[in-house]
Amino acid sequence: MSETKTPEAEKDEPNIRIVEDATCTFCGCVCDDMELTVDLDANRITKAKNACVLGRAWFLQHGIEDHPQAMIEGREVPLEEAMDEAARILHEAKFPITYGLSDSPCEAQRVAVAINDLVRGNIDTTTSVCHGPSGIAFQGVGESTSTLGEVKNRADLVIYWGGNPAESHPRHFTRYTVTPKGRYIPNGKKDRYVVLIDVRKTPSAPVADQLIRVKPGRDFELLWALRALVRGRDIDPDIEEITGVSREVLDELVERMKNCNFGVLFFGMGLTMTRGRHFNSGALLALATDLNKHTHFVAKPVRGHGNVTGADNVVSWQTGYPFGVNFHRGYPRFNPGEYTTVDLLARGDADAALMIATDPASNFPKHAIEHLKKIPVISLDAKPTYTSRQARVAFMVATYGINTGGTVYRMDDVPITLRPAFDSPFPTDEEVLTGIHTRLKKLRANGRKKAA
Amino acid sequence: MILIPGRSSKQGTSLNAGKLKEEYQTVTSTIEMNESTMRKLGLSAGDRVRLSCATGKVEVECGKPRKDEDLPDGMIFIPYGPSSSELMESDTAGSGMPMSKQMVVDVECLGAN
Ligand code: SF4
Repeated sequence: MSETKTPEAEKDEPNIRIVEDATCTFCGCVCDDMELTVDLDANRITKAKNACVLGRAWFLQHGIEDHPQAMIEGREVPLEEAMDEAARILHEAKFPITYGLSDSPCEAQRVAVAINDLVRGNIDTTTSVCHGPSGIAFQGVGESTSTLGEVKNRADLVIYWGGNPAESHPRHFTRYTVTPKGRYIPNGKKDRYVVLIDVRKTPSAPVADQLIRVKPGRDFELLWALRALVRGRDIDPDIEEITGVSREVLDELVERMKNCNFGVLFFGMGLTMTRGRHFNSGALLALATDLNKHTHFVAKPVRGHGNVTGADNVVSWQTGYPFGVNFHRGYPRFNPGEYTTVDLLARGDADAALMIATDPASNFPKHAIEHLKKIPVISLDAKPTYTSRQARVAFMVATYGINTGGTVYRMDDVPITLRPAFDSPFPTDEEVLTGIHTRLKKLRANGRKKAA
Repeated sequence: MILIPGRSSKQGTSLNAGKLKEEYQTVTSTIEMNESTMRKLGLSAGDRVRLSCATGKVEVECGKPRKDEDLPDGMIFIPYGPSSSELMESDTAGSGMPMSKQMVVDVECLGAN
């Protein structure tokens, strides 16, 4: 719901618009209870009620940059010309790759899949470098899952493993998992027991009733020991030396897990980015499954970017696989390690790259970045980045959730509709991708005619 | 020593201002260690430090010391960004995910800024 207050009598008063129930897309919490005050004359959000520190920065620091819509090799060009060039690059490439997508709405993600289907390209999302290992583990072990609403209303034992939501997802605790009162949790935090398992004491620790410090790189061993104890098996007497956690602490935790009414294990990149990767996530998912012999227990990854969960969903319902999908043979194939972007770049396989709302030039491993510098890159982003700075074709797009509508998926796979606050002079990423897709269809049709 | 790149509030808010802006670049090239580790290495806040491993090397600044109970001895925290990328190995062990946390690095003190 939104309302525009344009005072007619006093012309000097700012032209203010209030947008209720707006959605913050900065992190995977996708909080949809924002109340935004928008100064339409200045094209700025002046207040973001209910937003956390990250959400406030997301809304309040967003302005319309004085920047061209499109550039080719750093030179301003008309949008149409940049779309022509992007289509030509993708059409002529032998191994074009597409990467990113976690900060784009589902509508744009869908077009990106269609482009790769057409050019027999390779599509991968930022999932491959955040919870990709969990995606592999889901396929191997399965997932006992729930929505965050169920956690809010029912969970009396909340465990965070390898994550620091106080800094990465500040409202995870207050909106969904710890402090809110729920249907069967009438007293909020008083009715829940919160455990944090990590290698360091993070700013999330004050929220927890118990902090368990695991030795770096020993998460798998700790998870496997917990599984054994839940199943009534004995464990290595040296467990404390191996994991840094004493037998007493383990026994107490196991009893607490078996005897709660509704338990949840939230897990972060402390599990997926360390030695063991998908084995770590798989062990945690298997622990949740084991616990269902005793009580109701679920496991959920804490997802980072605003629509990374949407990217998994869209790529899955269009190709059958969540990330790292290759269309070279004309049908989708999935193979992490082979079709994931870090590997494709580090091996030097890709000869053109479409980077959508992502900045691999600032956060990928060095060798992957070196290859990226050698090939033509097309970038779509709402802000100048290291990647857009080195791109052959760079599009500046409108910011999703602030300037454009669309659909995003919250980290628990719940789809949410966006309510934009004000217009942008920049095109949406869906418009740019659709323009490229249309041109590619023509190029391919012409190619076929010539061949005939 | 073990380097743990991760998210921090400052990294998140400065990212909104823009990755090419100075604040983001400063935040992502400032490391944290505990008091004992800094004392052992003869480091104070503001000192320059070189981190290196087989993949690469970077120069970063030493931030304020963290309490010993907050960060284990021998562990370095750095917000994700270009500096952590420089040290990250690209081998993903067939998973798609490079080893982005718990990287083993050498530390060399370069003196005051
Ligand atoms: S928790 Fe995440 S989605 Fe919610 S307001 Fe903060 S940054 Fe935005």
